[in-house]
Amino acid sequence: MPEVGQSAVSSEVEDAQEIVLTDDGPILVCGPVEIVLPDGSRVRSDRPVTALCVCKRSRRQPFCDTSHRSRVRIADLAHDIAQEEDRAQPQSAATR
Amino acid sequence: MLSRNPPRPVEPPGLPQPRGPLSAALIDALKHGPVAQSVPEDCDPYGEDLQLALYCSYELHYRGFASVPDDREWDPTLLAARASMERLFLYALRADVAGGADDVDVDAELATLLIEPIDAPGVSHHLRRDGELWQMREYVALRSRYHLKEADPQALVIARLEGPAKTALVTIEHDEYGAGNPDRMHAKLFADMMDALGLCSAYGQYLDAAPAEVLAEVNLMSVCGLHRGLRGALVGQFATVELTSSPGSDRLVKALRRLEAPAAAVDFYAEHVEADAVHEQLIRRGVIAPMLAAEPALARDVVFGIRASGLLADRLSALLLDCWGQGRSALRRPLAGAMARTG
Repeated sequence: MPEVGQSAVSSEVEDAQEIVLTDDGPILVCGPVEIVLPDGSRVRSDRPVTALCVCKRSRRQPFCDTSHRSRVRIADLAHDIAQEEDRAQPQSAATR
Repeated sequence: MLSRNPPRPVEPPGLPQPRGPLSAALIDALKHGPVAQSVPEDCDPYGEDLQLALYCSYELHYRGFASVPDDREWDPTLLAARASMERLFLYALRADVAGGADDVDVDAELATLLIEPIDAPGVSHHLRRDGELWQMREYVALRSRYHLKEADPQALVIARLEGPAKTALVTIEHDEYGAGNPDRMHAKLFADMMDALGLCSAYGQYLDAAPAEVLAEVNLMSVCGLHRGLRGALVGQFATVELTSSPGSDRLVKALRRLEAPAAAVDFYAEHVEADAVHEQLIRRGVIAPMLAAEPALARDVVFGIRASGLLADRLSALLLDCWGQGRSALRRPLAGAMARTG
């Protein structure tokens, strides 16, 4: 047993579960987790890191499926890119 | 922790058929002992001959070839030939993706990958909308050049990274290798999908069928993984895959379900929808951010890796859609055998 005191408290704090809030997407949680859904059912994730959907757009709740990303029409994108004169090699995710 | 499946014997694949003087000389050197060879300056850097010769050179670092002695991997004559081919390939890539002042703006480059086009002409869009089963099988056969060694080229960069970037990259790789469960290793899930689609999941299968556009994508990973000086480019390449894979995999899941493929054929891409949504966050926040904070000079190479991956992916996409649009196979050797209905 560790001695009761400052060091024990601080190591306890260091061991606290880290949860990362991203500005544009999911919440990241470390380690295997079991998630309780609103209806009481449970889903388990054994990934080293799990990305939980908070935008509610994912079709694989409670996990992120990148549905939070902005969607554009290629035609509009091409127009925007054409306005950027310097860009010789615009990227498109079209193939993937 | 332990696999539920009996181990498969490890059998190195046979050597492929040559596609020109360069690959003929290289394959001959692998078989009979190296002789110095020069690479013609006018050799097409994206062509069948050079890409196959380069692919075979790299394969010595992965699974090797049956009948080729293991120590050819570090034969200085073969390494010299490989270096000349790499110079041509990298020179062409650098020339073709060079932009301007924004060549070092990694955030802007990543931002373009995080926008999801809804009317894109890409392969996964085509397969989801109206792809046919024979096209799906061709796609999977071609993708096996990478996915049967999925994550291996990127594992080469681990020793070249420091601190937090290394930890995060290893976390991603750990997930790719099944997070402790050998039966969930992505290469294993891919092999299961091949079997379920009536394809042969043996490691070297379909190399003769794979056009240069397929080999070039894998060669980019290998050259960046094997050269410490290209560690930034390797991370850029990996980021491109991880950032674009999730929505693309979702479309391929839809394609396979529409084509009524067996469940074992759907698992691989279904896993990647979820896994790569995590990997995207880890590679941006966990790998790229700390790596560039520690080594800001790598930004240019990260951008190069992203753009080179995009360029080669676009070339492959154009080839597949062009061939399929004409109703013909995109493979150098069309697949034999009917679809095995196992589901």
